[in-house]
Amino acid sequence: MGFRMLIAEDLKKYFGDVKAVDDVSFEIGDGEIVSLVGSNGAGKTTLVNLISGYLMPDTGKITFGDSDITYASAYKRIKVGVGRSFQGASLFETATVLDNVRTALFSRYGKIKRGLLPADRYADIRNEALEILNIFNISDKNNLSPKDLSEGDMKVLDVAIAFALKSKLLLLDEPTSGVATADKFKVMDTIVSAIRKENISTLIIEHDMDIVTDYSDRVLVMHEGKIIAEGKPNEIMESKDVLTTLFGIGD
Amino acid sequence: MWPIYILNGLYFAALIFLISLGLNIILGVMGILNLAHGSLYAIGAFMSAWMIVALGKGAPMFLIYPSLLSGVVLAAFFGLFMEYFLIRPMYKRALEYQLLITFGALLLLEDVIKMIWGGEAYYASRPFDVLGKIHILGNPYPAYFLLVMIMALIAGLLIWIFMYKTRIGVMLRAISLDREMATALGLNIHKMGTFAFVLGSALAGLAGALVVPTTPALLGFGMEPLILAFIVVVIGGLGSLKGALAGSLIVGQTRSIGIVLFPEIELALLFLIAAVILVAKPEGLFGR
Amino acid sequence: MGLKKVITRPKFIIYLFVILALLFLPRILSTFNLILFEYGLTFAIAVLGFNLLLGYTGLLSFGHGAFFAAGAYGVAMIAKYFPGLYSMEILIPSALLVSFIISAIFGFLCVRHTRIFFAILALALSMLVYALVFKFYYITGGSDGLYVKVPSMFGMTFEGIRRPQFLSGIYYYFLLGVFVFSFIIMKGIVNSPFGKALQALRDNELRAELIGIRVRRYRLYVFIISGMFTGLGGALWSFINGHVTPDVSHWVFSGEIVYMTLLGGFAIFEGPIIGAMIFTFLKLYAMGSTEYWMFIIGITLIILVLLLPTGIAGGFKKLADRIRE
Repeated sequence: MGFRMLIAEDLKKYFGDVKAVDDVSFEIGDGEIVSLVGSNGAGKTTLVNLISGYLMPDTGKITFGDSDITYASAYKRIKVGVGRSFQGASLFETATVLDNVRTALFSRYGKIKRGLLPADRYADIRNEALEILNIFNISDKNNLSPKDLSEGDMKVLDVAIAFALKSKLLLLDEPTSGVATADKFKVMDTIVSAIRKENISTLIIEHDMDIVTDYSDRVLVMHEGKIIAEGKPNEIMESKDVLTTLFGIGD
Repeated sequence: MWPIYILNGLYFAALIFLISLGLNIILGVMGILNLAHGSLYAIGAFMSAWMIVALGKGAPMFLIYPSLLSGVVLAAFFGLFMEYFLIRPMYKRALEYQLLITFGALLLLEDVIKMIWGGEAYYASRPFDVLGKIHILGNPYPAYFLLVMIMALIAGLLIWIFMYKTRIGVMLRAISLDREMATALGLNIHKMGTFAFVLGSALAGLAGALVVPTTPALLGFGMEPLILAFIVVVIGGLGSLKGALAGSLIVGQTRSIGIVLFPEIELALLFLIAAVILVAKPEGLFGR
Repeated sequence: MGLKKVITRPKFIIYLFVILALLFLPRILSTFNLILFEYGLTFAIAVLGFNLLLGYTGLLSFGHGAFFAAGAYGVAMIAKYFPGLYSMEILIPSALLVSFIISAIFGFLCVRHTRIFFAILALALSMLVYALVFKFYYITGGSDGLYVKVPSMFGMTFEGIRRPQFLSGIYYYFLLGVFVFSFIIMKGIVNSPFGKALQALRDNELRAELIGIRVRRYRLYVFIISGMFTGLGGALWSFINGHVTPDVSHWVFSGEIVYMTLLGGFAIFEGPIIGAMIFTFLKLYAMGSTEYWMFIIGITLIILVLLLPTGIAGGFKKLADRIRE
């Protein structure tokens, strides 16, 4: 697996009696794409929220690179390189597609305090933003409002924003939910090729097993707050236990 | 003198409670901050004072006290008109417009008051005078102040019973807890909004009617109590009925005791307390 | 974008034309209307600041009168207590300093909140300024206010010159200069990376945080910048009015600032400026024609909100778009 980018140890998060995340440990290697699967309510989004700093764990430890980020603020996590996308694409609606990415770049380069020169004067940042949009196949839409994009392009833009932050770890919360079935693979092709190119470690929450099989190196199966299985996509798909818990298919 | 200061504080609190309770019911149920709420309070005061003056000095007591209620009725009517013509078209609009239209209503109502009652002060102290003073722990104290406290207590209790024990009250609370869910459940939000607005306006009118025997009604009468009610809302939490009660008590006592101990900075003291509460609990004491 | 591209843009040509026209305004308008126009300019500077908060950051303050008053009283207090320092190049920075301090304190308390809570808290805090001005009447002049005499400017003194003469002469050009300067600075701010960050946190607070914008801190920056522009407006206003009273710190005046902004249209950069001008003339002529002027501006406001939700500038823009199509 090589260098371990993320190490989660014994994470716990209870909401009252609900054990949303119950003693979860896993690792993600450098440049590895890991899918997180499981039925609704299995605790997948809670787990992603714990890693992205949107929620704090009750107990456990999260190590990113060589720093302990268990209780780091969301801001701190972004600075060290943990980025995420959202289930319903989370965008800046009144800004153009270009500005959605450009603002993230300004932030990453520490230029958002610059208050006098027009944003357009920063030609290198504009070019980098266009390049990122190009990588994600939406550079022709840079002047549109995000509201005018297709559902698939919104998802792609959401990932592009996190990508622009030069994240070393991306957490993608259902990147294909709400996308028309015909477009799902196109969206994933775009996202995954960008991720592979930059060798970004990625954790994807995904329901569609075809996508999981096609795009991930490894799969984690979550059920009732615990990780119950882990392995290569084809191993997981062939495991009877897993299929029984996940889909209720058995003999 | 301390019992008197505390009683004065309670009297302040009673009036502010009625105003901020109305403000908070409207805020909670409709999500609208009525900047003209103070004008409805002023309308209550002017109407009641005018009624008592019109009845003349010889009017029997059993007419005098009920006539104060005329202010409540008129404020409720103004509230009804305001809701129908100004607030209702605003439901789907952005916050800026909702606030600004009530600001427009404030400007309008201030001049409407001037048109109806003219620019002069209205004195109506008879309800206050006839009750005289009673002795509390050896100190003389105006009985009318106690009456106001009792009235506010009764009003508060009635609202509480209404909100927690009746079907309409439960619906109103449901709306203020979760508007979308309430709509999904098929509650008629608009009808309930009208009801809440009229109820809130009537409470403002009641406060005005109760205060006018103690102090003449003047132009701009509603401005200061409105600000105190805002502070109560900030301290107590947006839309919270308990918050209105707790906030009013804090504001009332701070004013009464502050006037005695630190007359210079009595209001600044109030803001200091509000600031401390906000730093410790940003959403207010009972806010969500 | 090159300089050539900027100066050949139609908008730039319009600006140039407007500024040229404004330079000749003293020859066109009567002194009365010119002074009224100057009032409008000071309000325009104030609403430029206000709209950075409302239009570009999505926070509605009903307490900006406090900052306007901070600037105005900053000037008036120096007039009373430090007459030796009574010169424009000291007065403007002092007024900015006072409004900086007050907006930093209020901002600290307000920026944790948004929407109604923010509006109501800003309103309540501004009334503290109003109350203090009254309470400390022996310093502030209470309801009588303070007198603001004609200041000296850049070594020039104007003793023996009457105020209208001062206002329609050098002060007009000075004010115009400050206005143009404020306009350019503000335009720079909204188009800069900082401005983009504000837009981001207005649109989507959570995501803004997750691209590394410290939401509260940025809101505080904006609050302070906004308050200082409004304070500058207040300082410049005090020289015209010649007299500073607590009214400008009252929340009803804050409401008028909101009114001006929405009258012009807050979604367009120039909208609030137009709103400030129209409001100034509307209010004065309403006051001159009837005792019930509040009724008139109240009704105007209600009709505006009901029928022209994007303000006057927004209405024109919509009309222009329709014609273009």
